Amino acid sequence: MEKYLTINGRKVLFNGEKNLLEVIRKENIELPTFCYHSELSVYGSCRLCMIEIEGRGILPACSTPPENGMVIKTNTEQIIELRKIIMELFLANHDGECTTCGKSETCQLQTLARRLGIDEIRFKNVMHKEPKDLSTYSLVRESGKCILCGDCVRFCDEIQSVGAIGFANRGQKFVICPSFGNDLESSGCVYCGQCARVCPTGAIMPKSEISYVWKALSDPKKKVIVAIAPAVRAAIGEVFGLAGGNGTEIAGKIVAALRSMGFARVFDVSFAADMTIVEEANEFVERLKNNMNMPQFTSCCPAWVKFIEQYYPDFISNLSSCRSPQAMYGSVAKRIMPGILKIPKEDLIVVSIMPCTAKKFEARRPELSKNGILDIDYVLTTQELARMVEEAGLRFGELEPSAFDMPLGFKTGGGIIFGNSGGVTEAVLRSVVNNNSYGTSETEQFNFVRGEDGLREVKVNLGDRKLRIAVVYGLKNARKILRDIKADKSRYDFVEVMACPGGCIGGAGQPVYKDLSVRKTRTEVLYKSDKTMELHRPQDNPYVQKIYEDYLGKPGSCAAHEYLHTKYKYKKRFKETFEIHKPAKENSIKVSVCFGTGCMQKGSREILKHIVDFIKNGECKDHVGIEVSICLERCFKGPVVKVADQILEYCTTKRAEEAIHEELKKRLNM
Amino acid sequence: MESDYGKFEAVCRILEENSFDKSKLIAILQSVQEEYRYLPEDILDFIASSLKISPARVYGVATFFAHFTLKPKGKHIIKVCDGIACHVKKSDRLIDAVKNRLGLKELEYSTKDMLFTIETVSCLGACGLAPVFLMDEEVHGQMTSDRVVKLIDKVMSQEEVK
Repeated sequence: MEKYLTINGRKVLFNGEKNLLEVIRKENIELPTFCYHSELSVYGSCRLCMIEIEGRGILPACSTPPENGMVIKTNTEQIIELRKIIMELFLANHDGECTTCGKSETCQLQTLARRLGIDEIRFKNVMHKEPKDLSTYSLVRESGKCILCGDCVRFCDEIQSVGAIGFANRGQKFVICPSFGNDLESSGCVYCGQCARVCPTGAIMPKSEISYVWKALSDPKKKVIVAIAPAVRAAIGEVFGLAGGNGTEIAGKIVAALRSMGFARVFDVSFAADMTIVEEANEFVERLKNNMNMPQFTSCCPAWVKFIEQYYPDFISNLSSCRSPQAMYGSVAKRIMPGILKIPKEDLIVVSIMPCTAKKFEARRPELSKNGILDIDYVLTTQELARMVEEAGLRFGELEPSAFDMPLGFKTGGGIIFGNSGGVTEAVLRSVVNNNSYGTSETEQFNFVRGEDGLREVKVNLGDRKLRIAVVYGLKNARKILRDIKADKSRYDFVEVMACPGGCIGGAGQPVYKDLSVRKTRTEVLYKSDKTMELHRPQDNPYVQKIYEDYLGKPGSCAAHEYLHTKYKYKKRFKETFEIHKPAKENSIKVSVCFGTGCMQKGSREILKHIVDFIKNGECKDHVGIEVSICLERCFKGPVVKVADQILEYCTTKRAEEAIHEELKKRLNM
Repeated sequence: MESDYGKFEAVCRILEENSFDKSKLIAILQSVQEEYRYLPEDILDFIASSLKISPARVYGVATFFAHFTLKPKGKHIIKVCDGIACHVKKSDRLIDAVKNRLGLKELEYSTKDMLFTIETVSCLGACGLAPVFLMDEEVHGQMTSDRVVKLIDKVMSQEEVK
């Protein structure tokens, strides 16, 4: 039976829409909302999508399912007045400093205030201003701009399963903040920045580094070089009314813009992506051969890497040790460019332009530096690049496209598609499985890994072996995969994970979007761009080959490891120890008992009780301190106890006691 | 050592009694607060990690309900009702009297020796006895400043004997 309802006097068919808002928007009526995102659960807090349903009164469209025969009005006098009042209440709790806000002109609050015709705010301003949270390299939080729609909280929880921020308090004191009102840096945030992407106002924003870059550019002693990530060319056009295309023309315009700003060389991160694939494919083949640390996880997404380091330290060895393309670009540039530009090392400034906020954090990882000098000096997002184009007064649309500089500007299609979810996998497959690099048809050989789902599984034949591959975006999906692997429910050889929906093209550093079709367009740009390239297989990149010849030797060589690989380590999410017993004497032995979920189930309570009894009744009370630790990162081997520097896996009460005795003996002899 | 271990062990027991079920978070927090008299940050983090939910979520629940407190409370808890009836009957004078007697400054709610904590509550449902005053769950109606001070003095002298 056909179902219909009436909207503003017009009969409308509906079929399968979850709520009235979707039905009404399909009819090209743009109901105002803050808290509705089709990717997230329905929250119904902003109350702006109120509509009148005959016989039922005024209801929010987002949380009302459509029913046959409903008669709806979307714009009565009463609704218009209601929306105005709601909007004024929002504005009475907002700092209203639009002229100095980075979100100005893309702000949903600003847009809706204009659309609803707000010309005065009849309520007293009650905004409580807190200082900005500048604790991270990636994001800035400013609570005075928050309208409490909860989009950020739901994204962090529902899509990323991180939950770095949450709601706190109630009534007038209701706020969104990390646990205990701490700063973002200590919240376990992985810096994917999707909270900033969905934030309708400027309450969470990518942290800008524009001023540092302008400063470096105006320093006559410095040479500033820059590279743009693949995904940047897929999105920046949106800001200047040039969405879509095949990426080549936009990339050319970006090069022209950057040159006119004064960058000494303009490179392409896709070149480094080609190198990443050469190394990562080599690593994959080695691991496959030795059946070691399988499945191999990709490591180009810094949010995903931090996620593993924080929540799944057991899987750290599964991460590819290859640096991300940004990090490879940084280390290679710092290695070779001073010679090419004939300048001392310290006068070279390396900038990257990324679709990503987590890259700002990645660039400051101490592992990615040499002798205390960071490989990447500054990271700009696509948004910041657009802002710089505006600040420089360049008419982006009119710029004559220009070519990238060599050697770090040449790329194959494999490096370009890195920006899409599935791109890394496809490039690795081209490298490992495919032996023919030429011809357009070859670019589509592995396109079965492409897709819009957040969790895709594919199988590929490699010789007589069937490779099982998972392609994932969204960290909640990644968590599911990890749980399945841990429980032996799934087995894979290769797992690609990107934190952001759609991959890097959907990164939080990209121009803000709300309509999901935008993601599709960006994905297409990169695949089209791949088709226009002469080469598609990363190892065929002649400039990559040359870098290996001149500097690095073979893939996987010592030099390659020095410049192109990295290490990861367990990161604590929060202060994870509590003291149970403080010894009177200094130079005492510290005993930590792991109380992670795994260890707790395997009997760490009995062990702790035993140790406490044994210390309390013994003579060593003053020489031994006891603490509880939430995770000692060996969950497969619990219960785990640490006595001084010795880690005891599969620990028993007896072994713990023996180890403490031994350690005491050693100390007392000393 | 005994008490730190005992309290921590109690948290483990409470989690186990509630089968590590995240939907029982409120019950868990109630029991933990009985044990510690407040909800310490590191214990909340431990609870979050054990229940596999984010610390921000636990913090949200702990701050939503007025019953939960994140700061240590004194041994004796004084509640002054500030509901409409009590407010009309000048409950603010009672608050002043308590704070004066305990030497508490503005925005200070617990004494330095952690013997007393003063709280205001919205309504205790005994409006007929306004203004109402609670000393450790014992209700005192139609209070005056003098009687409030006497009550506190009495508890103080009992504490000194101990």
